[in-house]
Amino acid sequence: MNKKTTQKIAFFTFRVLGLLVVAILLGILGFIVYNGIGVISWEFLTSAPTEGMTSGGIFPAIVGTLWLVAGSMAFAFPFGVMSAIYMNEYAGNGWIVKFIRVMTNNLSGIPSIVFGLFGMALFVNTLKFGDSILAGSLTLGLLILPLIIRTTEEALKAIPDSYRTGSLALGASKLQTIRRVVLPMAFPNIITGLILAIGRVSGETAPILFTVAAYFLPKLPTGIFDQVMALPYHLYVIVTSGTDIEASRPIAYGTALVLIAIVLILNLIASFLRRNFGKKIKTN
Amino acid sequence: MKRLRRIFERIVEAMLTLSGSITTLAILLIIIFLFKEGLGLFSNPAVEKGYALCVHPTNPIEKLNPQQIKHIFDSEITNWKEVDGRDEEIMIFRLDEIFSIYSDEELGDDYALLPQKLGEIIAENPNIIAFLPEKYLPEDRSSMKVLPSGTINIADFFGGQEWQPTATPAPQYGALPLVLGTLWVSLFAILIALPLGLGVAVYLSELADEHTRKILKPTIELLAGIPSVVYGFFGLVVVVPFIQKTLQLPVGETAFAGSLILAVMALPTIITVAEDAMRNTPRTMREASLALGATPWQTIYKVILPYSSSGIVAAVVLGIGRAIGETMAVLMVTGNAAVIPHSLFESVRTIPATIAAELGETPTGGTHYQALFLLGIILFIMTMIISLSAEFISKRQQKGI
Repeated sequence: MNKKTTQKIAFFTFRVLGLLVVAILLGILGFIVYNGIGVISWEFLTSAPTEGMTSGGIFPAIVGTLWLVAGSMAFAFPFGVMSAIYMNEYAGNGWIVKFIRVMTNNLSGIPSIVFGLFGMALFVNTLKFGDSILAGSLTLGLLILPLIIRTTEEALKAIPDSYRTGSLALGASKLQTIRRVVLPMAFPNIITGLILAIGRVSGETAPILFTVAAYFLPKLPTGIFDQVMALPYHLYVIVTSGTDIEASRPIAYGTALVLIAIVLILNLIASFLRRNFGKKIKTN
Repeated sequence: MKRLRRIFERIVEAMLTLSGSITTLAILLIIIFLFKEGLGLFSNPAVEKGYALCVHPTNPIEKLNPQQIKHIFDSEITNWKEVDGRDEEIMIFRLDEIFSIYSDEELGDDYALLPQKLGEIIAENPNIIAFLPEKYLPEDRSSMKVLPSGTINIADFFGGQEWQPTATPAPQYGALPLVLGTLWVSLFAILIALPLGLGVAVYLSELADEHTRKILKPTIELLAGIPSVVYGFFGLVVVVPFIQKTLQLPVGETAFAGSLILAVMALPTIITVAEDAMRNTPRTMREASLALGATPWQTIYKVILPYSSSGIVAAVVLGIGRAIGETMAVLMVTGNAAVIPHSLFESVRTIPATIAAELGETPTGGTHYQALFLLGIILFIMTMIISLSAEFISKRQQKGI
């Protein structure tokens, strides 16, 4: 076979594979949207499940997921950003940073179910938070830390050093430089990371199984020591262990669609931010 | 004023430094708590707590291991010979059987005579094995021999072929089927995802024009963003029935279904890491190859692929890591039968799925709870090794440049 033909075959295969991946994604999205769109209504989004979760809406699960997102971000965002500032602005390039970076990578490689085990052992049992928003949020926060650290670090790295030296030369202290020059410039990219982290947290199931998630709760949570329902867990239970799995199928499609919509919308916002604000730093 | 600000800056800097150590601290805590909860398993009795196994005093058996106990009570072992005893049939006796022999009056008030009657029954039957609560054992132990229950040992855990944590009298904590199940599903997931992912990576890095790349890249990121429970749901309502119908299987919840879903989930990792590695190939090397008369395809597979091989290996390793730790999707589509896998078209159970399915129903601190934490330790160590080796491999590539 001559080399031109080989190349043609090879390149054709690669194009097909590229298309295949898009097709898989569209297939999954299309399937969920097609089956779920009919279920979505204002009422579905704002009412509680009824009749053993075979009808009604998913409002408590949405509220629960919002609580968990807010709680985990309240913990992970400040710590993640501060950790990234330390690594990029203070720690230099010695073994400490290398070590921390390895640890951060390792943390991001730990399976989410192990976070669930850990959260149960530490927050639920040892610190006696019980199954609560607090325990679940801390568990999710730990899980999402590496992502926030990494995106923040990248955002900080994108700021040219000349801005820092310029500010320092004008007599500003290191902290002033970070607060007034570096952080404002890196802000859009840091927020992009935050948004991606929110998308990830709202879909996680395994870490909340034993730390916060409730099968069914008629009441909305009133504080951080309450249990909540959550969207991903709700989808899991109505698909696998509902009172009437067949009857709750439409609700499952609706819940899956809401979950996917959250991720899609957050990703769109993130890429919009990146395109419109993120670039400016580099071209400056 | 100035001094105040300096103090403030010191405080903030100290806080930043502390935050810098937070991931290290988190890993440390995870290790401590997994081991704290899990290692207690090996000091617990192999028989249910508060119960004892009794045999006739003349029975030569001194010790039974958990598997033997289970097989005896499942009537899979019916003769003492099979556990190196006499050639006699085993007679199983459980506490509730006493109520068909004696009436409540015969047992006295508050079952005061129960221990004595139990002693008599054992003394009368030389081939008996009785599973009794310790509190009902008679004071006088001359009529029976209580077998030492022993502790659950490490070899039984790692080498045991049965995972039946609710079996009585001796729960079976053999992790082997779960470990093999995890590896089995992940291995096939990678075998499916690798050619696909590598092809897409080559396409993205070498063939696609800027415009296509701009569409494809976010698409792949999106694929990574879909929650695993949605993948599991999709697998359950689409992939599982499809496999069952096309392959004419009794059930569609198989290792194969798990591998397919995991392959899709591992794709984004494999594609991004491999593509990064390929794009890192210096331009000079491509151009030199092309200048020597090689076609673009020859350049790709003789120059770029070998050059980025460590990056590709890292991609595979990270993909495996992703697959091994995946919980919800696998839990929903693989059927979760705790048996050592023999084929792709049988139900299997992975470590994460086991933890997710069982931890909610176990009492805190019991042996089952501890065994699940031990599984967590195994999983943690597996993924730790994977992360570290991926790190090591990609370091090597960077040094190569």
